[in-house]
Amino acid sequence: MSIVSVQGLTKRFGDHTVVDHVSMEIEKGEIVGFLGPNGSGKTTTIRMICGLLTPDGGSGTVLGHDVLTESRSIKRRVGYMTQRFSFYEDLTIAENLDFVARLYELSPRRDTVDRTLENLGLTSRRDQLAGTLSGGWKQRLALAACIMHEPDLLLLDEPTAGVDPKARREFWDEIHLLAADGLTVLVSTHYMDEAERCHRINYISYGKLLARGTVEDVVAGAGLTTFVARDAPADLARRLHGLPAVEQVAPFGATLHVVGADGERLAATLAGVTAETGIRFERGETSLEDVFIQFMARAEDNMAGAGKGASS
Amino acid sequence: MIDLSVSRSRLWAVLVKEFIQMRRDRITFAMMLGVPIMQLLLFGFAINSDPKGLPTAIVDMDGGHYARAVTTAMETSGYFRFTDRPATLAEGEHLIASGEVLFLVTIPADLGARVDRGDEPQILVDADATDPAAASGALGALGTVAQRALTREKGEAAEVEALQKKQLSIVVHRRYNPEGVSQYNIVPGLLGVILQMTMVMMTAMGLTRETERGTMENLLAMPATPVEIMLGKILPFLGVGAVQVVVVLVAAKVLFAVPFVGSLTLLMASVLTFVLSLVLMGYFISTFARTQMQAMQLTFFFFLPSLMLSGFMFPFDGMPGWARTIGECFPLTHFLRIVRAVMLKGADLQAIAWEWSMLAVFIGLYAAIALTRFRQTLD
Repeated sequence: MSIVSVQGLTKRFGDHTVVDHVSMEIEKGEIVGFLGPNGSGKTTTIRMICGLLTPDGGSGTVLGHDVLTESRSIKRRVGYMTQRFSFYEDLTIAENLDFVARLYELSPRRDTVDRTLENLGLTSRRDQLAGTLSGGWKQRLALAACIMHEPDLLLLDEPTAGVDPKARREFWDEIHLLAADGLTVLVSTHYMDEAERCHRINYISYGKLLARGTVEDVVAGAGLTTFVARDAPADLARRLHGLPAVEQVAPFGATLHVVGADGERLAATLAGVTAETGIRFERGETSLEDVFIQFMARAEDNMAGAGKGASS
Repeated sequence: MIDLSVSRSRLWAVLVKEFIQMRRDRITFAMMLGVPIMQLLLFGFAINSDPKGLPTAIVDMDGGHYARAVTTAMETSGYFRFTDRPATLAEGEHLIASGEVLFLVTIPADLGARVDRGDEPQILVDADATDPAAASGALGALGTVAQRALTREKGEAAEVEALQKKQLSIVVHRRYNPEGVSQYNIVPGLLGVILQMTMVMMTAMGLTRETERGTMENLLAMPATPVEIMLGKILPFLGVGAVQVVVVLVAAKVLFAVPFVGSLTLLMASVLTFVLSLVLMGYFISTFARTQMQAMQLTFFFFLPSLMLSGFMFPFDGMPGWARTIGECFPLTHFLRIVRAVMLKGADLQAIAWEWSMLAVFIGLYAAIALTRFRQTLD
């Protein structure tokens, strides 16, 4: 049985369709990444899945409960970590956990809270105000509070924004441990390395789901060709822009990545450049980031095209 | 050293930014325009420190033409508005105790006979003096008005007579507050005002804080129902309200020696009803306000007219009809009547039943709106 199985989820705010017929299947124990540019509808989708927003269209089940009518039952078994720290900064760490434990009617409450504090390594700081914690600790506290009631589905909305690399690494290790124990996770993120740590990813843009599958599937499905120029002179990027079949030019230190959808024409264009300048291009691996940049550029073209169509 | 140099472009930058922000914050902008207009209207048209048209009951035992002349003259003076003609004195007493009328005029059966005889005639006036300011103007005018009416009625001859001796004596009983101590009126009223001020604002801000800080999203994602959240938010403030009541009542007794003639139980029950309506009002406001600042402003927008139109600052009966109608829509108006009636007049449940039922209506109304307006989702 799928943990999340939703079809055609749609949400409108006024005239603006924020989420447009998004379908998603998540199996038990999976870590599914949810990617897309800012304002693409990730948060709205997550909120619909956990019952915080009522969908305007679509249907489906979350943990076997109807997503449209049974949000109360869904809430009991879902842990949702909001993008912004949304526990009480004027309560202490222990008081926050105690509050959550009472809301979920956990018993024995005191033991649960103590155990959570111990796992967090915060027993000695239990009486510290949550507002005084650093970003990384706030995030750990929020995660601990979200999984205290042992949910079956964990929804994480950009959980690692503004957290240092070490804390991020530890956070992801923890997520994988939880998934190994059978917890299902849907996590939205902007970081490519985080996307690569997911079993599967979904890419959403302007409310539409554009790609889904494993990272390899998504990269292969995009059908992009990448060439790399080493020790490229500084003005090479400018020269390459606008040439036929060149769609992305991105410097990485001294190397330059050139990406295009039409591999043959791109190779021909670059051969011309080599003939002119002597700079050599090698076939490189297309990265997930290249794919996403491509998605975003296409979506913008579509939007621009649609805008023109509407105005004329 | 403070740098005192002013760059016109930088000053302009700050000015423009301020104006844009002012325009964006619609509620603040509405307050800046709305509050002065509201005050202007209320002070300009509604409030009258020399109130006229005060509800009066008359028991006319004489029924003769002299009595009619006196009552007509009283009505013509504009101060008195005869609303009831109770058959017995007891009925009249009830009217004044329940606050339906401010004055009870009793014309004794022998008024006409005494006037004709030249024997000093009497008119008895019971005035509800809980609010000394409301009654004083009317009582001041009464003597002259009634005397003139009698003289006119009696004819030329009487005018000479009138100069020689006092013809009509008006016996005034200032009820409930015989010395006209204004604290007696204000301190019980303050109980209502203080409760309103804090209860509405506290509740409104308490809930708005959750939205503003983003904790509401989390609260809603957890299994808490709207009723649980609402009750959980409201009950602590009921406790705060209880403390305030004790403080004000003790101060009223110890510092201002305000008499307390009624039933404490009845007062407490009324306070509870009133406070409940207030926290629900606050809850209602919090469903509109997005920030605590807005919650505070909306509270003030509610607080200001209720303060002025409730009869706390200015006599309720002195206001024009439309202002009285608006005044009736505030819980404070009804609570003020209850608290004054219970503390100063010793009113029983029956006398305040109407005001109490009005408070109950507010509670039902606010609770219904608050619960429907409360978003269990973030839609």
